Amino acid sequence: MLPFQPISGAASDIRSLFTVVLIIGAIILLLVTVLVVYSSIRFRARKDEPEPRQIFGVRRLELFWTVSPAVLLGGILIYTIFTMYRVAPNIPVNEAPDLMIVGHQWWWEFRYPKLGVVTANELHLPKGQKFVTEVTSADVIHSFWVPQLGQKLDATPGRPAYMYIQADQVGTYLGSCVEYCGTAHAWMRIRVIVEEPQNFDAWVKQQAAIPTIPTTGAAGAGAKLFTELTCAQCHTIAGTTAKGTVGPNLTYVSTRETIAAGAAENTQANLEIWIDNPQVIKPGVHMPSLGLSANQISDLAAFLEALK
Amino acid sequence: MTEIPTAAESAHPASEAGEYTGLLGWVSSVDHKVIGIMYFILVLFFFLIGGIEALLIRIQLAQPRNTFLSPTAYNQIFTMHGTTMIFLVVVPTLIGFAVYFVPLMIGARDVAFPRLNALSFWMVVFGGLFLYFSFFAGGAPDVGWFSYAPLSELPYSTTPGVNYWALGLLAIGIGTVTGGINLIVTILTLRAPGMKLRRVPLFVWMVFVNSFIILFALPPLNASLVMLIIDRLLNGNFFTPATGGSAILWEQYFWAFGHPEVYIMILPAWGMISEVIPVFSRKHIFGYGIVAGSSVAIAVLSFLVYAHHMFAVGLGNPFDIAFATASFMIAVPTGIKIFNWIATMWGGKIRFTTSMAYAVSFLVLFTIGGITGVSFAAVPIDWQVEDTYYVVAHFHYVLFGGTVFALMAGLYYWFPKISGRMLSERLGMLNFWLTFIGFNMTFFVQHILGLMGMSRRIYTYPNLPGWASLNLVSTIGAFVLGLGILVLLVNMAYSLRRGKVAGDNPWKAWTLEWATTSPPPPHNFDEIPPVRSQRPLWDLVHPENPDWKHAGD
Ligand code: HEC
Ligand SMILES: [Cu+2]
Repeated sequence: MLPFQPISGAASDIRSLFTVVLIIGAIILLLVTVLVVYSSIRFRARKDEPEPRQIFGVRRLELFWTVSPAVLLGGILIYTIFTMYRVAPNIPVNEAPDLMIVGHQWWWEFRYPKLGVVTANELHLPKGQKFVTEVTSADVIHSFWVPQLGQKLDATPGRPAYMYIQADQVGTYLGSCVEYCGTAHAWMRIRVIVEEPQNFDAWVKQQAAIPTIPTTGAAGAGAKLFTELTCAQCHTIAGTTAKGTVGPNLTYVSTRETIAAGAAENTQANLEIWIDNPQVIKPGVHMPSLGLSANQISDLAAFLEALK
Repeated sequence: MTEIPTAAESAHPASEAGEYTGLLGWVSSVDHKVIGIMYFILVLFFFLIGGIEALLIRIQLAQPRNTFLSPTAYNQIFTMHGTTMIFLVVVPTLIGFAVYFVPLMIGARDVAFPRLNALSFWMVVFGGLFLYFSFFAGGAPDVGWFSYAPLSELPYSTTPGVNYWALGLLAIGIGTVTGGINLIVTILTLRAPGMKLRRVPLFVWMVFVNSFIILFALPPLNASLVMLIIDRLLNGNFFTPATGGSAILWEQYFWAFGHPEVYIMILPAWGMISEVIPVFSRKHIFGYGIVAGSSVAIAVLSFLVYAHHMFAVGLGNPFDIAFATASFMIAVPTGIKIFNWIATMWGGKIRFTTSMAYAVSFLVLFTIGGITGVSFAAVPIDWQVEDTYYVVAHFHYVLFGGTVFALMAGLYYWFPKISGRMLSERLGMLNFWLTFIGFNMTFFVQHILGLMGMSRRIYTYPNLPGWASLNLVSTIGAFVLGLGILVLLVNMAYSLRRGKVAGDNPWKAWTLEWATTSPPPPHNFDEIPPVRSQRPLWDLVHPENPDWKHAGD
């Protein structure tokens, strides 16, 4: 179970607290169950017995089961507060964010302002590095949650929220939007790829570069189509005139493992289905079907695949 | 209140049908018992609709990437399921029981304002019908039962569904507030001679405290519904960040209502448990004072915990700590009761009727819901599990394992009084076991799904390891649960005609409603026994050992 497989200090602090609360909870549940079952069996009425002795209450006992939970809960509260500050320490106001997460209906925009990289749905992190992260939204409320990374944080429009993100273990981890945000909320998933710092740097270098735009063959035809059709009004591709911001940045979409925030694997076939009619893969999505011919579709897909 | 004719004065005692007969007699009645029964019919109707919606949800989630429902249909259905169960089932059921039984339990002829009582009921009916009319008027609301802005605002929710939602809830909200006022005045002014406030049955006490929560919690909801309507229909900007409004403001208002609402849904249920367990254990409630007093503490605290629904917003540690502290505090008076009820069983002579089976299992299921509840108060845990299936499991343990199980206990307990006939125990036990097994199967696994990362309110999910099988278990459980409810319906239909005749007091209970016939006559009582303690009928049967001889009564 994911909160119990942490890959960060914050997530393991939460795990410790959770484990303690679960154990205490289990003991209390066991106590209540045993008492209930025992008294149900032990005090079962036999036929024609007289009424039992009437007891109206025992002050001392009642005091006992008022005070002892109060003390126990007080202890958990202190441990809770302690954990809160470890998981979410105050962030100095003048720290500029390393990472900006923007929720959109129904995809995630990840910006690295200090590195000049913008990508979508798949978040790359260097192992062991602490990122000041800003979370906000372009439309409705979303919530960013990757259980193994730690806390979730709502993406509220008009009110950025901040947290530290740091992953200490290389690998791919899954998360999703957890605040209901409309039709395709189910397909607003997150993929976090944690890499060794040198691999991360290589990734950054590649993502920040301006690609060479193909001019010949199917890919060249696709490039032309992309800027002539409405695609360019919604999507950005570096090195072209496409500067739209309604949809994800598509400069290096070919390097992503999935498309449409986890709704489909990133294959040539899926890309073509998507360009033909995105509603097939992700009903409700804010991208129209443009009624393109099969040739146009494969040209566009070839173009997107060519950008590496 | 003096205008209410007593039995002797009234020229023609209002029959059950009032001045009219047939359907019109029902519709025009202001008798609290008739209105109470109409509440039961209403909630049964909506319970079946809400239940069918739940089954549709579970069918859709039975396997990954299922296409049984479209996302839009699914989103409408889960929104309507939550809204229905809360506003049209649980709360009106509790009010229905209160309207029917409070006057009987305090030895009154009716509630203080019988006409207002009818108004409250019909507001709920019209609110409910209005809400459901949205299905035929462009689509039901699909923004969840807490309708977070700006998703619920015009730019993101263009169908009229949310308008129907807001206006429907406003009507229901007005009905609920007037109902609360009526119950408060009734309990304050119409108690039988000798029944001091300290002597009212615990159900009456819980209803009394609860009505104050209603009085203070519903206005924030009603106000914010009006603001939402202004936003949507008159271009207001209360909750639209793009034009200067605030999304957080809606959250604050909504939960300022929403959390007390949770206690509105559980307090009267605790009252029922506090009636049922003593009677079937043949013992006086253990610690009347502390059970009653802790409920007042809960009522006050319930207004101070609401922002624990907002820990993931990122409002800062000091803000979160304040609400976490209150949330830990409210666990104490809640936990106390469990032990008081167990102590009531301890040393008793327990009779395992269906009613008692529900009450006893309530103790364990509600404890599970309470413990997971505490894990939300521990803020960092909330940061993990909030808005996942862990939450869905948690509040179903509280509202189904808690409230609905208590309601079932209350139903089996009071059905004979309302109908004059006993529910079948054999069908009752079948109903109980199916419900108990089905309920746990449906919801226990959802804790695990939440911890595996499954977000709530998703219409489908990818085929991740373990997700498909646990969801399938949950779906099968839901059908077992549905079967259990079906058995209940059969039981009621059968017992209404063929059930054993109940007599005045089949359970040998001790409160005043059992001192009259089953069902009670229109004027409720021919004669009210003297009230000198919390259990007037015990005193009547045990003149050698009456309660009032004991200190503190
Ligand atoms: C009206 C705006 C709009 C237009 C026009 C548009 N798109 Fe999109 N596109 C979007 C949005 C919004 C998304 C994100 C969908 C989601 O995941 O919810 C998207 C997603 C995509 C993706 C998947 C990106 C990813 O990483 O998941 C591809 C590929 C894509 N669009 C290609 C195109 C092409 C090619 C065209 C032109 C034929 C086009 N789009 C036209 C709005 C648009
Ligand atoms: Cu979202």
